[in-house]
Amino acid sequence: MLQRLSHLLGTETLSSEQIAFILDQAKPFQEFQRHSLKKLATLRGKTVAMAFFESSTRTRISFSTAAARLGADTMSLQAESSSLKKGESLIDTVRTLEAMRPDGIVIRHACSGAPEFVARRLEIPVLNAGDGTHEHPTQALLDALTIRDRKGRLEGWNITILGDILHSRVARSNIHLLSKFASRITLCGPAMWVPRELERLAANVRVVHHIDEALDGADIVMVLRVQTERIHEPALAPDEYIAGFQLTPARLRLARPDALVLHPGPIVRGLEIDSAVADGPQSGVLEQVTNGLAIRMALLYHLIGGAAADAPHPAKDRPNAFD
Amino acid sequence: MRVVEKRQLLSAEEIGRTLSRLAHEIVENSSGAKDLALIGVRRRGVPLSERLAKQIRGFANADVPVGTLDITLYRDDLSTVGPQPVVQSTQIDFPVDNQDLVVVDDVLYTGRTIRAAMNGLFDLGRPRRIRLCVLIDRGHRELPVEASFIGKSVQTSDSEIVEVRLQEIDGEERVVLVDRVP
Repeated sequence: MLQRLSHLLGTETLSSEQIAFILDQAKPFQEFQRHSLKKLATLRGKTVAMAFFESSTRTRISFSTAAARLGADTMSLQAESSSLKKGESLIDTVRTLEAMRPDGIVIRHACSGAPEFVARRLEIPVLNAGDGTHEHPTQALLDALTIRDRKGRLEGWNITILGDILHSRVARSNIHLLSKFASRITLCGPAMWVPRELERLAANVRVVHHIDEALDGADIVMVLRVQTERIHEPALAPDEYIAGFQLTPARLRLARPDALVLHPGPIVRGLEIDSAVADGPQSGVLEQVTNGLAIRMALLYHLIGGAAADAPHPAKDRPNAFD
Repeated sequence: MRVVEKRQLLSAEEIGRTLSRLAHEIVENSSGAKDLALIGVRRRGVPLSERLAKQIRGFANADVPVGTLDITLYRDDLSTVGPQPVVQSTQIDFPVDNQDLVVVDDVLYTGRTIRAAMNGLFDLGRPRRIRLCVLIDRGHRELPVEASFIGKSVQTSDSEIVEVRLQEIDGEERVVLVDRVP
C-alpha cells in the first residue's frame, strides 16, 4: 500500500509508484468535471490556505476551484496586497495563517525551498504551487497525466523541452518526474539558458543548442514560456529568439508525426510558439488545464482529507457502516 | 482483522436463481423496461447489475443501460483514522434525468452506502425514480432506506459480516456469514 504523503513539495522525491497512484486517482476527478453539478461535500468543513507570495492567476484559480469543488473553503493571501510589503517574514506570515487553523496550505513563493522551510515548521500538509526556480510539482503531474492520456502510456518517450530551462521550475519538475519513467529528455534553448550542467539533473538528459536537432524524433515537445523579464539579460532580442527557437509548424514536422505539444501557460503567441501550433491538433494545452484541476483535486482529497490520527469522529466506533 | 466462517447463506446455484428472480421482478414492476437503467454500486454491485441486465436482455429482449457508481467521495465517514480510501471511477454514459433507476448493491446494511449513492446520482441530474435492488438485506438500518427488490433477508448481529463472493471479483461464487474474531 502506498505510503501516505504528508506534503507535496516536489517530484524529485516522489517514487514512480506514488506518481502513478496520483495519476490514477486523478482519473475519477477528470470524470467529475463532466458532472452537471460540480460540487462535492467530501472536504466540507476543511479550509485550505492559499499562500501565494508570488503572483499567479492560473495556478491559484486552479487550486481554489479544486478546493471549492471538493466542498472545502479557502483563505487567500496574495503578494500584492499583503503584509509582506510591510516587512513581515515568511515564517511569521505563515504562522499567522496557521493560527487561523487551516487544514492544509498551498504555497507559491519566489524563493526556492520556501515550501520545505514551511513544511518543517507546520503541523499541516503543505502543497508546493511553485518555488523559485526549484519545483512546480503539480504542473509536472498534470503534464504527465496529459501525456499518459494522449499517448496511451507515460514510459519510454523522447521528450524535448524548449526554452529557458535554467530558470524554469516547470522544466525541473518535469525532468525529475519523466526520468523516473524511462524517458529520453532533450533540453534545447539559447546557450546561456541551457547550460550543459543541466545534463546532470537526471539520467538520460542531453543538452542541444539547435532546435532542428532537438526536435528530430521527439514524441513530446514541451514549450516553455519566455520569461520576458529575462530576455534582456545578455541581449537576446525577441526576433532572435523567434528565429532560433520558436516552435513553428515547419519545425514541428521534424518531430514524430503524432508528437504531442505541451505548454504550461500562459502562451505568448508569436513568441515561443506559433499560433497554428498552439491551436493545432497536436496541442494538448487545453487538456493540460482541465487535467490540472483533476490532479489538484486528487491531491487535496488525499493530503487534506481525513483527520489527524487522534481526532474524535462520530464514525469511529462504527467502522463498518459501509460494508 | 481475522474472521471465521459461520454458515453459508447462498450457494452458487442459489445466487443464480435469486438473480433470475430479481431480474423478473424488476421488469414486472417497471412497466416493461421503458426508461429503465441499472446503476451498480462499486464494487460488487457492478457485476450484479451487469448480470441482471444480461438476464433482462435474455427474457425481455430489452437493452437496459448499466452504469457504475463509486460512492467514495460521498461517504460520511472519511475523517476516520487512516489514509483516504482510493477513489474509483464512476461511469454512467447515459443521462440520468427522468430515468427510472434501479441501484444495485450486494448487501444492504446501515443504508449509508445507498444515501451516498443517491447523492452521487443527484450530482448527475434528476432521476424520475430511484429504487434499490440488493442480493442480501441484513437489517440494522441507521437511515430510512429500503430496498424494493431483495434477494434474501438475513438476521445478523453487529459483530457478523455478510460476505458476498462473486466470480468476477473473488474467483468464487457464494454468500457466507462470517464472525469477527477478537
